[in-house]
Amino acid sequence: MSKEKAPERLIDDSGLRIDGRRPEDLRPIKLEVGVLENADGSAFIQQGKNKILVGVFGPREIHPKHMVLPDRAVIRCRYRMAPFSTEERKNPAPSRREIEISKVIREALEPAVMSEYYPRTVIDIFIEALQCDGGTRCAGIVAASLALADAGISMKELVSACSAGKVGGQVVVDLCDLEDKYGEADLPVALMPNLSAVTLIQMDGKLSREEFEKALDMASEACRQIRNFQAEALRHKYQGMVDTEEPPATGEASK
Amino acid sequence: MSATPKTSGMAKLERDAVLELASKNRRLDGRALTDYRKIKIETGIIEKANGSAQVTLGKTKVMVGVKVQMGSPFPDTPNEGVQTVNVELTPLAYPTFETGPPGENAIELARIVDRNLRESKAIDVTKLCITPGNKVFVVFVDINVLDHDGNLIDASTYAALAALMTGKFPEYELKDGEVIFKDSFQPLPINNHPVPVTFAKVGKILVADPCLKEEEAMSARLTVGIDKDDFVCAMQKGGIGELDSNEIKAAVETAINKSRELRGIIMEASK
Repeated sequence: MSKEKAPERLIDDSGLRIDGRRPEDLRPIKLEVGVLENADGSAFIQQGKNKILVGVFGPREIHPKHMVLPDRAVIRCRYRMAPFSTEERKNPAPSRREIEISKVIREALEPAVMSEYYPRTVIDIFIEALQCDGGTRCAGIVAASLALADAGISMKELVSACSAGKVGGQVVVDLCDLEDKYGEADLPVALMPNLSAVTLIQMDGKLSREEFEKALDMASEACRQIRNFQAEALRHKYQGMVDTEEPPATGEASK
Repeated sequence: MSATPKTSGMAKLERDAVLELASKNRRLDGRALTDYRKIKIETGIIEKANGSAQVTLGKTKVMVGVKVQMGSPFPDTPNEGVQTVNVELTPLAYPTFETGPPGENAIELARIVDRNLRESKAIDVTKLCITPGNKVFVVFVDINVLDHDGNLIDASTYAALAALMTGKFPEYELKDGEVIFKDSFQPLPINNHPVPVTFAKVGKILVADPCLKEEEAMSARLTVGIDKDDFVCAMQKGGIGELDSNEIKAAVETAINKSRELRGIIMEASK
């Protein structure tokens, strides 16, 4: 069991963060669409040390039946941290934190999904945080939105998400775990960039009004960058198919 | 697993009326957009609790009891007392509140109250340590919702704050490592007074302190917690709708102004 120590300084003399990033820099992001066989849509995100897998099922028949909504699809969402995802083993029973995050992630995705196209059905979103390093709810939203698109579910816009916050007196984006723990504030934001619609915002810590506005603007800008990565990841999987006029030579149905 | 809730039993006519009014910048009960309903705060109502308060906000009624007991610190904060917040949406408060373990709404509510208190460092937990790494005071903040007419977040936090500010915990002495409690009590160490201001987005506008009918017609909800020095200390968006960033910035400004007035009311009641 390794015991982490509080870093002495979160910002060094040249203004760089503990992992060498500048305040406005994101961690390296890797996105992959269509990584699971059985799910209708899936995506994987790696952001720094975060590794998160999302599977989407649906629209499908809803059980239990009494949950049905006559005029739209029910959206269900579960965010779960794997027991091995953290420094200390996480008890597999759902924590209060996971229950709250499942709710806010669902509420972050609902405005994007055109659920009225799928009445009396359910769309299930399962988010498995396999390794956590700060900002997992945002990374989960980024991947979930790709998995929904991969499942062919109609959406108004992709949902992007990124946190901003204050660390060592500086307003920065995309906090890693240490910055989240020992920094002054954390502000996760989810945004539909092309609609300028904020679908998730939470904050804890201490920010002046000016700092808050700066953090919100920086988080929004980061979301716009991430949206480009998301579009690229989708294109990477689907562009080939869309551009091909002839059916595949082997006749094998590709997913 | 979190699922889209069933739409409430409120008649479409009523919802339309709320939205129709909102399109003219008006509200059901005639309040201005940033007006709160009448607030009544009573403290010291439960003798067996270490601190207690009941907040009546319009027709919303919330009771908070604070209990202080000896317990163990968390391993990563051996020199600090522990704060824990729990919410019970009691079935007597609303027809659809059910018995059983807390659901996501109760958990979210408890965590928002907790966030306001914790992030503003309202309770000075460093003063609640008895023997480092071994014995500390645990402050249990238990919120009982008694009547639900909207804006449970604000009512609950105000009640929690009033209960804590009037709360007391036992004086003690250490004899050979044994904790001996005296018969006398001292006030809980309260350092900050976070005041959340909650808005509902109804149609195209934000209204402060939404009543239940406004909550049922709203697309999104935003809570902004402001501490005693006008810093933002907590925030939470709820609901299946969206907000834009200018709206959020305007809400923060309104919340800063509004929180001063509300804090005055809470402080006055908690003397």
